[in-house]
Amino acid sequence: MNQAVLSAALAEAMPSPAPLVSLRDVSKSFDNGTVALEALSLDVFEGEFLSLIGPSGCGKSTALRLLAGLSQVSGGSIDWRDPARGERGRDIGFVFQEPTLMPWASVEANAALPLKLLHLPAGEIRLRVEQALALVGLHNFRSAYPRELSGGMKMRVSIARALVTRPKLLLMDEPFAALDEITRFRLNDDLARLQSELGCTVVFVTHSVYESVYLSSRIVIMAARPGRIVHAIDIIAPLPREEAFRRDPLYGAVCAEASRALHDAMGSADHL
Amino acid sequence: MSADIKSSTQARPPFFERHAAKLGVALPVVTLAATLGLWEFYIYASGTPAYKLPAPSDIVKATISGWSILFSSLLVTLRIALLGLLSAVIGGVVIAILFTRSRWIEMCFSPYAVILQVTPLIAIAPLLNIYFGFEATIYLSAFIVGFFPVLSNTLTGLRSTDRGLVNLFALYGASPLEILFRLQLPSALPYFLSGVRIAGGLSLIGAIAAELVSGAAGEGTGLAFRITESGYRGNIPRMFAAVLLICLCGILIYAVTSLVSWLLLRRWHESALRQDA
Ligand SMILES: Nc1ncnc2c1ncn2[C@@H]1O[C@H](COP(=O)(O)OP(=O)(O)OP(=O)(O)O)[C@@H](O)[C@H]1O
Ligand SMILES: [Mg+2]
Repeated sequence: MNQAVLSAALAEAMPSPAPLVSLRDVSKSFDNGTVALEALSLDVFEGEFLSLIGPSGCGKSTALRLLAGLSQVSGGSIDWRDPARGERGRDIGFVFQEPTLMPWASVEANAALPLKLLHLPAGEIRLRVEQALALVGLHNFRSAYPRELSGGMKMRVSIARALVTRPKLLLMDEPFAALDEITRFRLNDDLARLQSELGCTVVFVTHSVYESVYLSSRIVIMAARPGRIVHAIDIIAPLPREEAFRRDPLYGAVCAEASRALHDAMGSADHL
Repeated sequence: MSADIKSSTQARPPFFERHAAKLGVALPVVTLAATLGLWEFYIYASGTPAYKLPAPSDIVKATISGWSILFSSLLVTLRIALLGLLSAVIGGVVIAILFTRSRWIEMCFSPYAVILQVTPLIAIAPLLNIYFGFEATIYLSAFIVGFFPVLSNTLTGLRSTDRGLVNLFALYGASPLEILFRLQLPSALPYFLSGVRIAGGLSLIGAIAAELVSGAAGEGTGLAFRITESGYRGNIPRMFAAVLLICLCGILIYAVTSLVSWLLLRRWHESALRQDA
């Protein structure tokens, strides 16, 4: 815990670069009166792996949807460092909680969809799809259909699809929630490796404290009703981490701190 | 002990399960053969004349002897039914797409689609006959009955696109046309195809019914007319022969539409997958 505090102090002392995107006092309420987010301020820095954890209904998915431009803020603003990147999500990859594949299309065609929608030349598309499928270890399944794949494989297709555009920012909404622990650990490692290879920024939503600590350079803990940030932890161990990190004292300390913060956040929510 | 039971059932699954595929073909064939055999035997044993009730062999003979007349009528009926079906398919899909494009269009026109569906064809065919003449009436009838199943199924299909995929397309800035062709139409395909299967049978029924009601006669007439005509002339075996051909036509249409549906869906849609395939 001390180290985590120290890391926060270090981060403050260092001159921080301009964030890739910042949410300023963002609030979001829905037509039915639900206030999903209130006065949420969050900077996302280039190259970081940021995890959002928090009780169900605290607005994690809502925050991702706002970042992706799939939904509009009710108050506050979302400022991009590069304003020219426009509203179109060219530079954003989104891995939804469900694989969300087109059942009528092969693995290859599913992964190629973003590039086709961006009207890239066919040769370029083929090349990039091949690379993306190789990255997630599915190049031998390029002509399989989604129903012929296991849950973990479908999720990997979904990840490959998010990666084909080589996005600066990768948003992932509980991508591994439905998987068994072994597959989940393996995909965690794959993801950590991919992120450091591609150098992209990841905003990751999960319900697992351990997963978030293992993967992240920073964890943000949210509370519900209204959705807001209650705690943030920087984890200074370099990325990507390996299995040994799970036995590191730092890992244990951060897990404990995150769990406590999460527990407090849960307690502040009225029980349903 | 439970393991014993399990392994013994695995070694010898029930007879029906082991031979399901073969039995699925064999049993109906045996049933049909037995029925025809009994029928033939009853006519032979009771000495019933063919003008009262023809034996299966009489029907076959009548089909062969009247083949040139019956076959040309068959082509007429089939051509009109298929033309009606084709128009119903195109019309149904186009209108369904228009309905999903605009609430206004849907509000203005969906009542008429329902009216077309609920009004008995038999009731309007004589009217159509007065205004449009005999051939157009048959064609319109085949179209009207086929139109609604295609429209309503396609509409359901277009509306049941996966929300997540809609988000994904929005994320990459897909245009409305791209969403239509890459997302909505493929999602609607299984629904559309089951609509076409229903419409195929109905179009044939519509064509036959309209022809019966409009009481056409003379050149270029279809199978329904042959039935009426043979009835007047007391040629009962030929009536049966015409019915047999209509029945075969219906089976043919069903088989072709089912085959097309299977070919298009077999790789990905649950409805076309065999268990454990
Ligand atoms: N389209 C919507 N209309 C109305 N309310 C919504 C809508 N989407 C989300 N909400 C509400 O907003 C709040 C936050 O939802 P959100 O999906 O962001 O939560 P979450 O943190 O992702 O939860 P979980 O961990 O269960 O996925 C919830 O109270 C939810 O009921
Ligand atoms: Mg969520």
